[in-house]
Amino acid sequence: MTMPFYVAPEQFMKDKADFARKNIARGRPLVATVYAEGVLICSENSSRSLHKVSEIYDRIAFGGVGKYNEFDSLRVSGVQHADLKGYQFSREDVDARSLANLYARYMGNVFTHEMKPLEVEILVAEVGAHPGEDQMFHILYDGTVVDEDRFTALGGEADAISSRMARAYRAGWSLADALAASVEALSGQERQLQPRELEVAVLDRGNGRRAFRRILEPEVRSLLGLEAKRDGKPEAEKADRLPSAGEMGE
Amino acid sequence: MTLPMFPPGEGPGPDFSEVLRRVGSAIFGAGPGAWPHSLPGSGPAGGVTQMAGGAGVAPSRGQSSLDIPHGTTICAVRYGDGVVMAGDRRATAGSAIAHRTMEKVHPADTHSGVAIAGAAGTAMEMVRLFQLQLEHYEKVEGQALSLDGKANQLSQMVRSNLAMAMQGFVVVPLFAGYDLRRERGRIYTYDFTGGRYEETDYHADGSGGRDARTTIKLGFREDMTREEGIELCVRALWQAADEDSATGGPDAVRGIYPTVATITAAGFERVPEDQVAEAFERVINTLSSAEVNNALTGRARGSSGRPSSSGRRSGTRRVPAPGTAGSAGEPAAGAEGKPSAARRSKRP
Repeated sequence: MTMPFYVAPEQFMKDKADFARKNIARGRPLVATVYAEGVLICSENSSRSLHKVSEIYDRIAFGGVGKYNEFDSLRVSGVQHADLKGYQFSREDVDARSLANLYARYMGNVFTHEMKPLEVEILVAEVGAHPGEDQMFHILYDGTVVDEDRFTALGGEADAISSRMARAYRAGWSLADALAASVEALSGQERQLQPRELEVAVLDRGNGRRAFRRILEPEVRSLLGLEAKRDGKPEAEKADRLPSAGEMGE
Repeated sequence: MTLPMFPPGEGPGPDFSEVLRRVGSAIFGAGPGAWPHSLPGSGPAGGVTQMAGGAGVAPSRGQSSLDIPHGTTICAVRYGDGVVMAGDRRATAGSAIAHRTMEKVHPADTHSGVAIAGAAGTAMEMVRLFQLQLEHYEKVEGQALSLDGKANQLSQMVRSNLAMAMQGFVVVPLFAGYDLRRERGRIYTYDFTGGRYEETDYHADGSGGRDARTTIKLGFREDMTREEGIELCVRALWQAADEDSATGGPDAVRGIYPTVATITAAGFERVPEDQVAEAFERVINTLSSAEVNNALTGRARGSSGRPSSSGRRSGTRRVPAPGTAGSAGEPAAGAEGKPSAARRSKRP
């Protein structure tokens, strides 16, 4: 005969939150910051085909850390929502705030009602028409929304990355400076991330209707001032990374 | 609105039409007769804005309910770097001009374009959905469809419009793009059942399509330059406007010129209006005296195969010089699609 144990709601929620937080912290982080021409999103990701950063709509981008299949299905839903809204109303009516609210509602609902919370943190970023109008929404596993207007870090060691970004951040900095600081913040003190371990994308005000643009390895290299290939000690530097199967499957 | 969330295995995939169907607002791609409102059983009223059923479109033959007013001429020509697409700007409702500035050549995505002929409302909606469909696929899947894939998508949209087409709301698109994998321009034509046919070099559709096609056929050469390609399209449109009242010619008074675009490895690019106007000037200046004299006598071109009394005027050119066409406040030849009538009234 089995009797369900009584578990206090506080304990139940805490267990779920701990579970989600622990698994999200195992994933590799992502950092986003505003710069002169838009929003830069930079993440540690050695896969070139499984993206953490993607386009949602003309001026909106998505970033996710944690469990790949979970944030990818959130991303697809976001694209479907945005395209539907743009089709039924107008392209101008699609905005990041409303999408972030929908994500928050969904993730909060899953956290409260499902056995297993989502093991993801996501970012919804929107580039404005002018500097100072860019928006970044950081949504946690339980549906908490944090509105940032300078920079935000998601995933493992987010606090340490945030404090490194806070020291480096300057308002209206250039893409090269923002990228260098982001890579520095993601790398930490013990290691130096190489361009091929990064996934970088921008929402660029000057990019026409679709502001989203991926910055591929050669451009990352030139932005970071690494002209020649200097692969002195990359393998050794990767050693302290958490081992993970399939790179994105964590 | 809510976030669209589908259980695993039941999602619509990268298909935006399917997303629309799930939320209940599908139009194309939702099976026959998917328009949300009921249609007049007797086919389109005369007041429905049309952009050509296409001279070569089958259903208009022998069915009075499909005897719809035509308009528009659209064409696409392959040249050295890719494809040139062009379309006139007129939309007609019955015998009236409904719009003078209708855009019929649209970018489908970065490396392809779609031109439309047919019932304007349906056609514009189809283009909008097609553009969205390509972008949606690209975003969801992380990479763009192949050019064949895009052409096939459009084919399915045309086919799902079959019930509408049978009631007279025919949409005949012309699709062209630069195939980045094969590194050349490609052109696809459609019939109203969704049949898709790849053309090797050029095609033109719409009520003036036959005249345009003939002009292109005579002027086509392999590996034309951009300027030659644009000029050939513009010449084809001029000839179509000359013969077909539903096709608009260059309107120098209002400064309305046909839409011309090039699609190359660099992507879809609109040709600036002043370049189109220049191309028209070159075309008008190089019309043969036979064409001009035929227009002067007001005869149909087919009936003047043999030398006639107009032969003695072969030396005089009645086409206005390019500079005077606009500045004198007088439309250039073909400006209103009835150049022969305009000039006939000025005969001595």
